[in-house]
Amino acid sequence: MNVLKRLLRQNEAYLGVLIVVLCIVITIANPSFLTFENIAGFLKSYSMIGIMAVGTLFVLILGGTPDVSFTAIAQVVEYAVVVMTLAFGGNIFVAILAAAIMGTIMGLVNGFVIHYFRVPTIIVTIATFNIYFGMMYVITRGKLINNIPIMFKQFGNVLLFPTQSKIGGTYGLSLHPLIWLAALLIGWFILRRTFLGRSIYAMGGNEVAAERVGIRTMWTRVFVFAFVGLLSGVAGVVHVSIVQSVVPNIIVGKELEVIAAVVIGGASVFGGRGTITGTFLGVLLFAILNNGLTLLSISSYWYNVTIGVVITTAITVSAYQQLRQSRTRVNVKIEA
Amino acid sequence: MEEFLQLRDIRKSFVGVYALKGVDFSIRPNEIHCLVGENGSGKSTLIKIISGVLQPDSGEIFVEGRKMDHMEAAASLARGIHVIYQDLSLFPNLSVAENIALSEIEEIGRSLIDWRQVHSIARAAMERIKVDIPLEALVGELPIGLQQLVAICRALTSDLKLLILDEPTASLTKHDIDNLLRVVRDMQQAGIAVMFVSHKLNEIFEVAERITVLRDGVSVGTLPREELTNEKLVGLMTGKTITETRFAFEAMPEAGQPLLEVRGLSKKNNFADISFSLSAGEIVGITGVIGSGRTELALALFGISPADEGEILVDGKRVTVRNVQDAVDAGIAYVPENRLVQGLIMKQSVADNIIASVLKRILTPLRLIDPQQRRHRVEEWVEALGIKVSDADVPVQTLSGGNQQRVVIAKWLATNPKILILDGPTVGIIRELAGRGMGVLLISDEVGEVVTNCNRILLMRSGRIRSEIRAEGIHADEVQRLVEAGA
Repeated sequence: MNVLKRLLRQNEAYLGVLIVVLCIVITIANPSFLTFENIAGFLKSYSMIGIMAVGTLFVLILGGTPDVSFTAIAQVVEYAVVVMTLAFGGNIFVAILAAAIMGTIMGLVNGFVIHYFRVPTIIVTIATFNIYFGMMYVITRGKLINNIPIMFKQFGNVLLFPTQSKIGGTYGLSLHPLIWLAALLIGWFILRRTFLGRSIYAMGGNEVAAERVGIRTMWTRVFVFAFVGLLSGVAGVVHVSIVQSVVPNIIVGKELEVIAAVVIGGASVFGGRGTITGTFLGVLLFAILNNGLTLLSISSYWYNVTIGVVITTAITVSAYQQLRQSRTRVNVKIEA
Repeated sequence: MEEFLQLRDIRKSFVGVYALKGVDFSIRPNEIHCLVGENGSGKSTLIKIISGVLQPDSGEIFVEGRKMDHMEAAASLARGIHVIYQDLSLFPNLSVAENIALSEIEEIGRSLIDWRQVHSIARAAMERIKVDIPLEALVGELPIGLQQLVAICRALTSDLKLLILDEPTASLTKHDIDNLLRVVRDMQQAGIAVMFVSHKLNEIFEVAERITVLRDGVSVGTLPREELTNEKLVGLMTGKTITETRFAFEAMPEAGQPLLEVRGLSKKNNFADISFSLSAGEIVGITGVIGSGRTELALALFGISPADEGEILVDGKRVTVRNVQDAVDAGIAYVPENRLVQGLIMKQSVADNIIASVLKRILTPLRLIDPQQRRHRVEEWVEALGIKVSDADVPVQTLSGGNQQRVVIAKWLATNPKILILDGPTVGIIRELAGRGMGVLLISDEVGEVVTNCNRILLMRSGRIRSEIRAEGIHADEVQRLVEAGA
C-alpha cells in the first residue's frame, strides 16, 4: 500500500501512464506506430536531445538557472570535428574522443566563470553561447559541409538486428540510441551511486549546508559543467552521423526543447530534485508526440503547440496540487 | 570536575566596534549549560569563536585542559564540538538517512555510495538518542521538531563531545520541546555536554545546570540554576532592575463603539469561533503556545490567509478581508513574527522598504513616484522610530536586527493604520501609539511582556479563545500557568 502510494506520488508514474495512453491512441489511429522500424526511427532521431538532456538534468539538480550554451557547444564541436577529420583523417573513436575533449574544455570555462564570479548560470551561458557560436561563424563564415568523412556515414549506417522491410530497404536499430542509453546509465550511476552525485543533490538542496558538511562545492560545480560539455560534444558527433552533413545553425535553438523535456521529467527548476528515469521519460514523451503527429498526418507545426500545452498542463496540475495541499493542511487541531 | 571547554577573557572586534570585550565561559563534560543574552549581546560571535569560524583578537581557549593556540573550524570539529544553527543546515530534498550520514560518508572519504552503509550509520545515530524517524522520508516534509532531531543525529555520527544548539526552541511546539529536552538528557547520560544559546527565558532553563549571561559583549555572570530567579536573570541581561510600570488603559472620552470587533471568526484547521473587540487606545494581548492558532488568527485578520466565516467590523462597519489590500484599506497593519521572510525586502534600501506600503499615496499627477514626497516620508519615519542608519539608501540587510525591526514597523505605520497587529516583537513605542488612539493587538508567547504591556489578555488554546484576563493586578506566573495548562 505504502509502496503504491509512493509510486503514485512520483511524477514518473504520471508520465509513464501518459506515454502508455498516448501510444495506445496513436496505435489505434495508425498501427504502424508500434513497429520495430518506427520505434527504432524515433529513438534514433531523439538520441541527440536525449544525450543533452542528461547534462541539463545535472545542471537543474545542482540548482540555479539552466545552462543554455550546450547546443552551441554541440554545434561548434560538430563543425570542428568534421573539419579536423577532413584534414587529418582518423577514425570514429578518435573523432568521438576529440569531441568529448573539446566539449569538456568549453564546459570547464562555463563552470569556472560561474563558480568564481558567482554569476547566474543562464547569464554566463548566454554569453558563452554567443562567444562559441559567434567564433565559429567568424572562422567558417557559415559554410555548409556536405562531403563529410565517410567514417561518420559508416558509423551512422551500422544497424543492429537488420530486417528487410516490405518495400525493399533494410532497417534496424542504429548505434545512436545506444550512446543515449550509455549516457543515461553513466548519469544514473554518478547521481545515484557516487558521493559526487549525492553532493550535486546536496548543493541543490542547501549549498551552505553542503559546504558545512565538507562537500567541495567548487569541484562539484565545475564537474557538472564539464560533464555537460562532454555530453554536448558527443551529441554533436551523434548528430552529424545521423544527418550526414554539417549545417552550422541546425543544433542551436534546440536548448529550450531539451530543458522542457527535463522539466517535464520532474526536475525542479529550484534545484535538488530530478531523476534519470524522469528525464528519459520526458524525452521519450516528446519523441512520441513528434512521431505521432507525423503518423496522424498532422502538420509538424502543431508539434510546438502540443509541447507548449503539455508543459502548461503539467505545471498547472502540480501547482494546483500544492495549493490544495496548503489549503487542507492542519495548522491547528481545533478542539470542540 | 575538569572543564571540557574553557574560555578566558575573549575579545573580538569588527572594524573597530567591539563585539566581545572580555568573555569568560566554561562548560564541563556532560553539563547542560545555557548561554543567554539579548540580541546584539555577542552570543553569535561567541559561538563562532568556539566553533573556530572566527578567531578571537585576544584571550585563551582551552579544550580538555589543553591550550588551543589557533582554533580553526576543522580543529574545533575534530575536538568533538558541533554547532546546530537555527536554520539547521539540513538538505530538504534528501532523505533522513542521507542527511544524517552524508558528513560521515564524506569523512570516510569513499567516492562510491553504499546505501546499506548510509542506512546503518543513520540507524546507529538514531538509536543513541532513542528516536525513530523513517529513514526514507524527505527531510523537507518533516515537521520542524523532527528536523531538529535529524540535525542532532547528524552531529552524533561524529565523536561528539559538545553540542551547541543555537535558539533551538524558537519554533517548536511544547511537545517537540519536551522531546528535545529528553534527548538532551540522554546525551548527558552518554557524557556529551550541551550548550543552549537563547535570547529569551524559556523551558530550557529547567534542565540547565548553570547559566551564563552575556550583556554588551561581556559575560556578566555564571550562576547555578538554583540561584537564579527570573527577575535576577532579566536584571543581568538588561543591566536594569525591572521597575515594571504596567500599561494603564484609559478609555478615549469620545470613543463609542469599539475600533475593531470580531464576531465568530472561523477558519478550518486554523481557528474557530473567535469573538473579541478592541477599542481605540487599547493594547490587547493574544497569547498561547505555538499551535494554539494565535498567529493563524493574525494572518486571517490581515488577509494573508483569510477566514472562512465570521464578521470583522472596523469602526462599527462590516469589512470584508479577502486579501492584504482589503486589510490595509480597512486600516489594519501587521508586523510579522519573522521579519526576514514576511516583512522586508532585504536587498532593497531602507527608504524603499519604508515607502513600499504607501507607494500609491506619493504619486505625482502622472502616476510616477514623487521623489520629494518619498524623501520626506522616509525622513519622517527614520526619525520617528530612531532607526540608526547613516543613509536611508543602504540595503536593509546591512542593518542590525533591532533596526530592521524598526524598518518593518515604519513601513506599516506609514500606512497610517487604526489597528496595529504585532506578532512576536514588542517595541517601546506601542504605548505611545495606543496613547494616540491606535488599537494594538500584541501576539506573543512571552507572558511577562504581555502582562506588562496590555490591559487585556486573550488566552488561546487549540484554535479557540479560552479566556479573557484583565491584566491589571495579575502576576505573570499566574498567566504562565494558565497558558501551560492549556497546552
